[in-house]
Amino acid sequence: MSTLLTLSRRELLKAGGALVVTFSFSNWRPEHVWAQTPIGKPLDKPLDPADVDSFIAIHADGTATIYSGKVDVGTGLRIAVAQMAAEELGMPAARITVIDGDTGICPDQGGTGGSTGLTRGGAEIRQAAASARQALLALGATRLNRPASDLTIADGEVRPLSGGAGVTVGDLIGDRRFSVKVDAEAPLRSPAQYNVVGKPLLRPDVPAKTAARHPYVHDVKVPGMLHARVVRPPSVGATLTAVDDSSLKGIPDARAVRLGNFLAVVAKGEWAAVKGASALKATWSEAPRLPGSAGLDRWARDGAIDRDQSVVNKGDVRGALQGASKMLSASYFWPMQSHASLGPSCSVADVKADGTTTVWSASQGTHGLRNNLARVFGLPAEKVRVIFAEGSGSYGTNGSDHVAADAVLLSKTLGQPVRVQWSRQDELAWDPKGPQQLLDLRAGLDASGRIVAWDNQMWLPMQMPGARALLAAEAAGLQQENGRNAGLLSQNGDPPYAADAVSVVVHSLKESPLPISNLRAPGKIANVFAVESFTDEIAYAIGSDPVAFRLSRLTDPRAVEVIRRATERIGWQARVSPNPQAKQGSLLVGRGMAYARYKQAENYVAIAMDVAVDPATGGIAVRRIVCVHDCGLIVNPDALRNQVEGCIVQTLSRALHEETTFDRSRVTSVDWGSYPVLTFPEAPAMDVILIDRPDQPLLGAGEAATAPVAAALANAVFDATGARLRTAPFTHARVRAALAASTRRA
Amino acid sequence: MPTYRFRLNGKPVSVDSWDPDQPLLYVLRDALDLHGPKFGCGLGQCGACTVHVDGAPIRSCTTPVSRVSDRTVMTLEGTGSLDSPDKVQAAFIAEQAAQCGYCTNGMIMATRALLARTPRPTLDQARQALAGHICRCGTHTRILRAVMRAAQA
Repeated sequence: MSTLLTLSRRELLKAGGALVVTFSFSNWRPEHVWAQTPIGKPLDKPLDPADVDSFIAIHADGTATIYSGKVDVGTGLRIAVAQMAAEELGMPAARITVIDGDTGICPDQGGTGGSTGLTRGGAEIRQAAASARQALLALGATRLNRPASDLTIADGEVRPLSGGAGVTVGDLIGDRRFSVKVDAEAPLRSPAQYNVVGKPLLRPDVPAKTAARHPYVHDVKVPGMLHARVVRPPSVGATLTAVDDSSLKGIPDARAVRLGNFLAVVAKGEWAAVKGASALKATWSEAPRLPGSAGLDRWARDGAIDRDQSVVNKGDVRGALQGASKMLSASYFWPMQSHASLGPSCSVADVKADGTTTVWSASQGTHGLRNNLARVFGLPAEKVRVIFAEGSGSYGTNGSDHVAADAVLLSKTLGQPVRVQWSRQDELAWDPKGPQQLLDLRAGLDASGRIVAWDNQMWLPMQMPGARALLAAEAAGLQQENGRNAGLLSQNGDPPYAADAVSVVVHSLKESPLPISNLRAPGKIANVFAVESFTDEIAYAIGSDPVAFRLSRLTDPRAVEVIRRATERIGWQARVSPNPQAKQGSLLVGRGMAYARYKQAENYVAIAMDVAVDPATGGIAVRRIVCVHDCGLIVNPDALRNQVEGCIVQTLSRALHEETTFDRSRVTSVDWGSYPVLTFPEAPAMDVILIDRPDQPLLGAGEAATAPVAAALANAVFDATGARLRTAPFTHARVRAALAASTRRA
Repeated sequence: MPTYRFRLNGKPVSVDSWDPDQPLLYVLRDALDLHGPKFGCGLGQCGACTVHVDGAPIRSCTTPVSRVSDRTVMTLEGTGSLDSPDKVQAAFIAEQAAQCGYCTNGMIMATRALLARTPRPTLDQARQALAGHICRCGTHTRILRAVMRAAQA
């Protein structure tokens, strides 16, 4: 029954031609979710972002399809983009369907990350819609025999401003192309006239998600599809020495596929693949290669440095520190963390003999993935189509790109469509991680408490250009790029407060213990944790209330407003920490706050919270959180609120619980017991206040509210206990140790 | 190959499985083409795969198909529909209580079970009822609101 298939690399590269599988796009998208049919054949449409038709199709029935290169990963991007386009096109958002991330029909707008979904992706679509509006007005002018300047578009109809009969956009252009370029000068609707943007329209995916009708990548089935489970090495860098395929005996239609160190069990049934992968006897040669996560802060401090880079350099920090009347210093550490997607990554790939390849993927960068898969597996990029299908929340680059490579490698080898879903253990062990971050902060103060020097040294993994190495390709010995990229890690290392001299230096570590990638708000969560904790430490050192300390060093009215409103709402009493009346039964209670301007140029966010610490256990209960959030113009307040709430709760989870642990050989946090995340009994009461500024540019909101969470929490714990937490996560053991240390000092 | 018979969402079904230990989840998703229950961990830790067996919520990823012979299984598909959501689904929609939605199946099935035994739960009872369910997107606040809304419906 089972056969072991072993191919050399040369055979592998030829293997695409081994078998012919018949398969057509089975219109897999359920009609009730993706209500519209694209114009003509699916692939027969422009993709150049310079063309309006690349983004927008208006149908004869007056509905429209928007093609977005950026994807909705449960973030509400589709409804927000629909609203932005609807506003310019003069039609209800309900008539617009957004198709996202399908490289065959959606223009390449770059990967979805860094909170650029609306600021870049949405803005490009808005400009295309504004251009389409001009084209529609011109068509209407001809049809109605009036100058375009006398016309407007409302409710999907071009009509005279003065009233009277109009003509529907479906009549004017329905199912035909605009054949015009995106005009960067096409006028945008004035926010004062908005009647779609700014409304809390319901997300169209939510009803389908409650009724098991939303199409996830995990649900994709294509004719002739095989199931596979990859057998990952038992330790990082292990090499495969032998496989005993007789261990698959009795498992129907299961066989092992080996390509160098890449090993998988493929079967007709999913359970057979899963069971086969655990039954398969493989021998690996292992050697300990990892530093171990215990003491990773010391490892980072002592690590080989590629180079030092000054990212902020204002004034003479060294001189100012020497001349300061008071000097403070503290070190902070943030651990490696997993994206920890709830559903393990999944992909289906169908590589045909002629290289025509279809991949279903939940990747946040389908276009980049398409190009990388083509390069790595020797496929013609123009024949590779990556169709985005939503996965479990990814929060950056989780295992989605890797699992797509697994599926492509197997499909190309076997000549049949292959579905691969990772195991829970594989997702937590092998998804690329958010990197560890070590920060040393120093501040010099003059006698009046003025910050005369601020010095931040951060140890971060060196980043290298190129695509990240794909696990499957690496194991199979295929040539590929070996980029290392985890996002803009060094931002928000400088204080947002008045300081005379500021220096932020990045020490780039040559090594990273594990492969890394962008994980939500890359770098900023740890940096703001350090900066805003340290700010409270300074305020404490000079006997100042932390809010008063901040407000007296801020001038930007938007910054001042978020802090004032957050602290008012939580009932902040101005005083010095720790809380003189902390004792509440057996608990110690306190409050803390933190503020950030995301990337020092985007959203203003203030977070305040009330906590209770149980000194006996070291457990922290977050009782209440207030967040005030200003991201300029709000497109959809409810979808925005959902994102902000998610940012806060997820970061609480990261701050309280999450650390990827590993020994000298392997990741050891591989299930929800060893990689715990926040549970429902821990979920705090939450009060999110959104400030809408229609006169200001819109800013993304998938990340900003994460930034102040950990510092607000650490500051609240200090207020409650007098113990300062400088290493995340704030586990019970760490809290107990910090309490013991602060008691010794007292 | 042995055949297993049970009632699924009100109708009798029979499925063949080569392995009596095959988890019900794979039978539901692959043989019966249902997409409500999701694979999250295979360890019974996250709740994404929750279905009801004889009215009680169970983890279908760790429940062998042989265990549900002659029993009654209900999945998310057996509750309300897109056109006619039941009160729990309607509450989740009204509260927009989803981001990625991968956990939603388990949240709704757990809520149904909670309301069946405790029609008017306190917020703390709602938290406890979902204690074994993981939401990674951080939609906890909305999900809890949806549970309380469903209880009022």
